[in-house]
Amino acid sequence: MSTRTIKVDTLARVEGEGALHLRIRDRRVEHAELRIFEPPRFFEAFLRERGFDEVPDIVARICGICPVAYQMSAVQAIEDAFGVTIDARVRALRQLLYCGEWIESHVLHMFMLHAPDFLGYDSAIEMARDHRELVESALQMKKAGNAIVRVVGGREIHPINVRAGGFYRAPGVGELRALREPLQRARETAARSVRWAAGLDFPAFERDYEFVALRHDTEYPMNEGRIVSSAGIDTDAHGYEDHFEERQVAHSTALHSLIRERGPYLVGPLARLNLNAATLSPLARSLMADIGLALPCRNPFMSILARGLEVVHALDLAIGLIEGYQAPDPPHPGVAPRAGIGFGATEAPRGLLWHRYQFDDAGLVRAARIVPPTSQNQPTIEADLRELAQRLVDSPDDALRARCEQSIRNYDPCISCSTHFLRLEIERP
Amino acid sequence: MSAERNATTDAARARNRVPMRQPARGPLRRPRLAVWKFASCDGCQLSLLDCEDELLAVAGAIDIAHFPEASSASGKGPYDLSLVEGSITTPQDVKRILAVRRQSRHLVTIGACASAGGIQALRNYADVKEYAAVVYARPDYIRTLATSTPIADHVPVDFELRGCPIDKHQLLDVITAFLAGRRPNTPAHSVCVDCKLRGSVCVMVARGTPCLGPVTHAGCGALCPAYDRGCYGCFGPMAGPNTGSLAARWEALGESPATIRRAFRSFNAWAEPFRRQSEAQRDPGEPQATAPDGHSDRTEPGSP
Repeated sequence: MSTRTIKVDTLARVEGEGALHLRIRDRRVEHAELRIFEPPRFFEAFLRERGFDEVPDIVARICGICPVAYQMSAVQAIEDAFGVTIDARVRALRQLLYCGEWIESHVLHMFMLHAPDFLGYDSAIEMARDHRELVESALQMKKAGNAIVRVVGGREIHPINVRAGGFYRAPGVGELRALREPLQRARETAARSVRWAAGLDFPAFERDYEFVALRHDTEYPMNEGRIVSSAGIDTDAHGYEDHFEERQVAHSTALHSLIRERGPYLVGPLARLNLNAATLSPLARSLMADIGLALPCRNPFMSILARGLEVVHALDLAIGLIEGYQAPDPPHPGVAPRAGIGFGATEAPRGLLWHRYQFDDAGLVRAARIVPPTSQNQPTIEADLRELAQRLVDSPDDALRARCEQSIRNYDPCISCSTHFLRLEIERP
Repeated sequence: MSAERNATTDAARARNRVPMRQPARGPLRRPRLAVWKFASCDGCQLSLLDCEDELLAVAGAIDIAHFPEASSASGKGPYDLSLVEGSITTPQDVKRILAVRRQSRHLVTIGACASAGGIQALRNYADVKEYAAVVYARPDYIRTLATSTPIADHVPVDFELRGCPIDKHQLLDVITAFLAGRRPNTPAHSVCVDCKLRGSVCVMVARGTPCLGPVTHAGCGALCPAYDRGCYGCFGPMAGPNTGSLAARWEALGESPATIRRAFRSFNAWAEPFRRQSEAQRDPGEPQATAPDGHSDRTEPGSP
């Protein structure tokens, strides 16, 4: 019986820090834990007694990579609590803002964080020595997405323009028109990059996931929809807690989410694509056919393809929204607070993001609950690791470690969202 | 020449020393950069990756030796410049920041968490055990300090870059400045000055919208007034802010003491001038707020 221990002190190219612990005894993987030690920041506690008008600015600070997602779920929940119906033009502008975040976040992950795994580099910067054009064109796509967030939201990180009911100021038609040309160029690049990604070497690995995502009758889900799953869950944001629960485990400051009746599930680009491919933009759909991606796709390593298709979709949608843009006037209606509970569910780049707030009659938060995508995927990430490590149990430590790290990155985990220090330890007693 | 004084923390703690020119070490040696994360949202270090037009040029000019969010490779110290994001909230991080300082020729904090404790410093006004009980079913599993504190409370800091988030152009300037041995060009005046430079109409004078611009450190480009809203202070206090006068103006606009207190207690809640003003705002006659609903509804750990 061999005894080997492998450690990687920091799992890189993820947002935040955590640790992985594998224990292998007699060629059996006994134990696979994704340990998250990110220091808790207690948002749900200090949100109490803050005004509803402060909530979108505060929750943005949960995550520097997807602040728009937090703002979108929060305003939806606030509007739900106060019985506010938003203007169709506000809705369209919010979708545009969200498209910007999907583009910048997905491109960041695809090219800066995930692609180096497939091509065998430590980072995109190192990758750029041999693949300069690939990295440069990715940066230009990212820039086009960020430009949307900057113009609509005010700045790329922690936008300042989102409020309950609408926006502080509606951008002018000219401001948005200026975004069109870089977005059109980005769309061409994005289509090329989907074809490029389809040529990557994907490990043969599939699991039978329960996919969970929003679904909308006519739109690929982003700002709204019903919460559905591949095993038949179909509910609105109010019913989320009937089906899903969070549990605390000793090895993680992020809570684990599970489907009450069945256990782990998967949220994010792959879940959205499997549940909603019919509502992708025509260009994204034709690309999916071109590259021969058959659904359901149960290979988590192929999540990079789902992200690529979603980038194309978001660019298409953004260009359309800009062409049809009419500034909401006024940019926001007066919002009158009332006591009650409101729910919000939108699709963050990494998956379903659910919020619940209870307000008093002055509009102060009495209680808040936020369930980020990464805590929903955490049990599934561990299950993937267990099965993957078992299949590769005879591989040399280096190969096993590289695959396990890549497998975690399949989920684009945002550990800061949920809670950091990702150390990879493989224990072979 | 004295370096710009930063009002986030005691000037004695954050000395913002003038960077020194590098000693000559041979023409081919690129300066080495490290990026570190403590309790934070990742947004400030993301600002470096958001420099889409400059990133590859920066990576050519300097050796990004340690940046876990972007690279699996981790070059050992010492580093010429460490950028530190995040605040200190755990016993381990108290030790880790000492190790970072030992390996770093210059240490620059990036953002409100590292420079002032961040939004998570709201715990400093509360009972962290009660906070943990709200979020976690088993708060006893959680190891955390009662306070969230800025980096300068723990080690000497050479410069504090402001903002929640930082501005990426200021970040590039600071990196360039430290590596070139010059002083960073980050004006310490108020948002009001930038607002005038931008040509925005004053939201407080013209519309009576409460605004923290008069006491807030510049750096954002006076963004919020340009979007028809008051500044909410995410760059923290300017040098020598007259917070008392501004609070009186807010009161005259009809804002309650509780609202004013909350305004000073956000992303830079633990920065000294904002902290003092928020404490001054506590109205002794104000009725005690009823206790918020304070129990975690999360399931206990155990059987699935």
